[in-house]
Amino acid sequence: MAKAKKDNDWNLAPAPESTGHVKIDKKYDLFIGGKFVPPTAKKYFETVNPATEKILSQVAEAGQKDVDKAVKAARKAYDTVWSKMPPVERSKYIFRIARLIQERAREFAIIESIDGGKPIRESRDVDVPLAAAHFFYHAGWADKLNYAFPNAEVSSLGVVGQIIPWNFPLLMAAWKIAPALACGNTVVLKPAETTPLTALKLAELFMDAGLPDGVVNIITGAGSTGQALVEHSDIDKIAFTGSTQVGKMIKRSLAGKSTRLTLELGGKAANIIFEDSAIDQAVEGVVNGIYFNQGHVCCAGSRLFVEESISSEFIRKLKHRMDHLILGDPLDKNTDIGAINSEGQLNTIQSYLEAGEKDGFEMYQSNVAVPKKGFWCRPTLFTHVSQSSVISKEEIFGPVLAMQTFRTIDEVIDKANNTPYGLSAGVWTDKGSKIFNLTTKLKAGVVWANTFNKFDPTSPFGGYKESGFGREGGLHGLSAYLKITG
Amino acid sequence: MTKVDFNSLDIRRKAVDQVGVEERCARFKSRSIKKDAKIQGLKMALNMIDLTTLEGKDTEGKVRQLCHKASHLHYSYDGLPTVAAVCVYPSFVKLAKSLVSNKGIKVASVATAFPSGQSFLKYKIAETEEAVQEGADEIDMVISRGKFHQGEYSYVFDEIASVKEACGKARLKVILETGELGNLDAVYYASQIAIEAGADFIKTSTGKIKPAATMPVSLVMLEAIRDHYFRTGKMVGMKPAGGISNAKLALHYLIMVKETLGEAWLNNQWFRFGASSLANDLLKQLVKQESGMYQSANYFALD
Amino acid sequence: MATRENSNLEVMKTYKLFIGGSFPRTESGRYYPIRKKNGDLLANVCLSSRKDFRNAVVAARKAQSAWAGRSAYNRSQIIYRIAEMLQQSEDSLVQEMVSLGYTPKNAKEEFDYSVDYLVHYSGWCDKFSQMHSTVNPVASSHFNFSNPEPMGVIGAFAAERRALIGVLEAFVPAICGGNTVVLLASHKLPTCSITLAEILAISDVPGGVVNILTGEREELLSHFTSHMDVNAFQIWDASKEESFVIDQNSTENLKRVRLYKSSIRTRLSPYRILDLQEVKTTWHPIENISGSGASY
Repeated sequence: MAKAKKDNDWNLAPAPESTGHVKIDKKYDLFIGGKFVPPTAKKYFETVNPATEKILSQVAEAGQKDVDKAVKAARKAYDTVWSKMPPVERSKYIFRIARLIQERAREFAIIESIDGGKPIRESRDVDVPLAAAHFFYHAGWADKLNYAFPNAEVSSLGVVGQIIPWNFPLLMAAWKIAPALACGNTVVLKPAETTPLTALKLAELFMDAGLPDGVVNIITGAGSTGQALVEHSDIDKIAFTGSTQVGKMIKRSLAGKSTRLTLELGGKAANIIFEDSAIDQAVEGVVNGIYFNQGHVCCAGSRLFVEESISSEFIRKLKHRMDHLILGDPLDKNTDIGAINSEGQLNTIQSYLEAGEKDGFEMYQSNVAVPKKGFWCRPTLFTHVSQSSVISKEEIFGPVLAMQTFRTIDEVIDKANNTPYGLSAGVWTDKGSKIFNLTTKLKAGVVWANTFNKFDPTSPFGGYKESGFGREGGLHGLSAYLKITG
Repeated sequence: MTKVDFNSLDIRRKAVDQVGVEERCARFKSRSIKKDAKIQGLKMALNMIDLTTLEGKDTEGKVRQLCHKASHLHYSYDGLPTVAAVCVYPSFVKLAKSLVSNKGIKVASVATAFPSGQSFLKYKIAETEEAVQEGADEIDMVISRGKFHQGEYSYVFDEIASVKEACGKARLKVILETGELGNLDAVYYASQIAIEAGADFIKTSTGKIKPAATMPVSLVMLEAIRDHYFRTGKMVGMKPAGGISNAKLALHYLIMVKETLGEAWLNNQWFRFGASSLANDLLKQLVKQESGMYQSANYFALD
Repeated sequence: MATRENSNLEVMKTYKLFIGGSFPRTESGRYYPIRKKNGDLLANVCLSSRKDFRNAVVAARKAQSAWAGRSAYNRSQIIYRIAEMLQQSEDSLVQEMVSLGYTPKNAKEEFDYSVDYLVHYSGWCDKFSQMHSTVNPVASSHFNFSNPEPMGVIGAFAAERRALIGVLEAFVPAICGGNTVVLLASHKLPTCSITLAEILAISDVPGGVVNILTGEREELLSHFTSHMDVNAFQIWDASKEESFVIDQNSTENLKRVRLYKSSIRTRLSPYRILDLQEVKTTWHPIENISGSGASY
């Protein structure tokens, strides 16, 4: 773009969201059987604000005994209360939870941004409203399950163990808990160790909602806590969202058992731009596809395919757009790119940046300053990478886009499907018949045509191939939490 | 000036996705503009206004008041800029010119059978020439929407090129009247035609048709300007007109310009607001920023 | 197997494998005998190897997208055609089942049910997706729909004790939904599967859509479940040990696993088709009904 004259400079002043009435306790215990209880081993770990590296709170680490207690509480609640309750009553509890989240939306958004590093614009406009919407949508299913699967008999499963990641802590909790409860199950949920706070706030909210003791239990901890939950003998179903590597470990450890399993794992989505697309909106879609939530999104559009005839124009526009992304304080209302969730994740991302450069690909990073404290990564674009490179094969889980060009439709379909993953894909063209050609042939659970990274509780989400199995959301998502005989 | 054949130009229709455009606009609107940035933005917006009166009942008295207001925006607030221009019908150009030319304020005149444009080309050219002779610095013309809908794009193109020629040194703003074009793809195509035909500015609306300026329409026009700039390195100005009456919205337009075209466009050489009541709301916000008190309309002159 | 009543010597059939529409012998050159109740040899059946399995997967993969790309109406007619061809083979198949130890009554019953089974699923081809597709009322200005799509290549171990219906169960719902199949027939009762393959070969079923192997479950289980280009694995009457191996091996490419129990009258249900479908959700913007209330 034209070089700005000095007197034209117009920079936004800081606009931080006020944190005045948000309360984070110094210490959080485990939420078991309807109340907060200290961990048996009295062990706690720190949760940190990734934007400032300041310690936010001490959080209990659940050991095997605590996991057992939580599962017992969930079993008791299932046997004595939740499975016996008329479905319409179950429904009312879940509606109540949805409403309470809406009422406390601002508080949840702020804590989500503080604990996880995501921009307040996203936690406020996406994570929290969608979390409420998930409870609201599923609440209504509780007394209508017989209509979901024609001519089949449905029943609840029992106690469900749920393990969720750090990229959408509250939203993933809602994705998991809402359908499980609506289908009549009770829950033991383990949030990610770097982002436990909104789940614990959700526990407070469950108490306010009067949810019967033990219907949802929230136990914090790291991998070993999750493992104890997976291996517990009285769990009927495990639902996991996270990395493909851990998903596979879980599946192996459940080998030969009757425990049901759904997995929502990694991805390496192709975002495909044709010459005849609405290019400016496609640029926006690409930006939303990879830089949303710092690229910590399993369905991120991390592989960009641009028809070669428009590649130079597209790259220019993309870089121009990247330069207008504001990086910094997650609590600032103008921030587009927040902090990387943890130091460990930042190191992982950086190793991929090095790998991309070592492969000799041209790297462009947006022209922004990075704060001194905290964990940050500039929006990054690798142009003209090859299909065989590490950065276009492996999930980076950061704001790193790998671009390739293509010439024909068949070529791009083959390349888009040339991955062990199959969670999502994007197609941008103005031609309807081309869209349907591609959406039919792309091996992915969610295909966004002329849009990207859209989510809705009514819309099933989940992957093909190594991106996992089972769907979450919508009518199809119910089958993950029901026994269906038909 | 040699006549360019429209059909010889490489003007390609481009797809625009309305929902995507609206989502982008929502992002502009989520920008929070505070403190110094707000004061700077409000003053910038004031300085970009084409203060306008375009009514059948316009009189000399009305035009005199408007011209005074153009350079005396508020009776007590020091250091305010003037508006960019006053915009009047051709018959008031001479008067307006005599009142504002020494204040550094431009006189813009609508022409070409404003607002419908349903007349003969020779009268449109004559009207343009006369308005320029009377002292107009800028001409705001309307395109022939009927011809556009008939698919006679080369007519639309030739007409703009002819009026541009008639403008001489005056800058030409080409009004697309987007409210009559029907969809964003058409807005983009009309923008391209106007730019290629020599428009110095492209402008959304006459103010006589609803909807007038909207953020989605304006974004598509800004994108057309950007595409032209990327292709040729030449800047074209933008003027949303009608419907922008509050300061917050004006600031979000400026954000849109900044993030779409860049800060080089953030001055009245390249960006204008066509508005009559916007000025007072900008002033209200400026006084509020200074005094800390929310303001009443009673304290802002209704010219 | 000499016939004793007259001097005409019966011509015995060689039972081969069915891969990619052809009838090769096992590349391993191995066999195992199947004997009638009276001890006479019915057939020397191929003892398939890992390599036979691999060849079958290649054939199934090659056939899959074209099969899925056929219209549901066409798939429906082809499956109905199998029923027609099966019906006209009633005498020989029932006799073959009796040779394998069925009572004539049981053989006839399973045969009749098998024909009905094919007719039933033939009709589902162009209906199941109507029942299980949804248009999802998302809150943004998008048209959003979910529909089932075939998983791809399905590995299957047929029921051990059902000579005919067991084979059908192992591939019919799968191909109804556009998948292709590599199946291992019952070890004890394998011959009907190959006779059925001969019927498939004249029923307009494209080569590679159904591939049938005979052999040992124990030998082939780890290959079926660990092959990276097999999208799903279904098995009837898996033992505890088998199901452990299946879960372990299928983890590598996250193969979908379906475990069933066999019964005389296996259930007729579109849910069997859905068991081998992925749900795909597609989004597209809709102009003009924007929540933002903006003009056009």
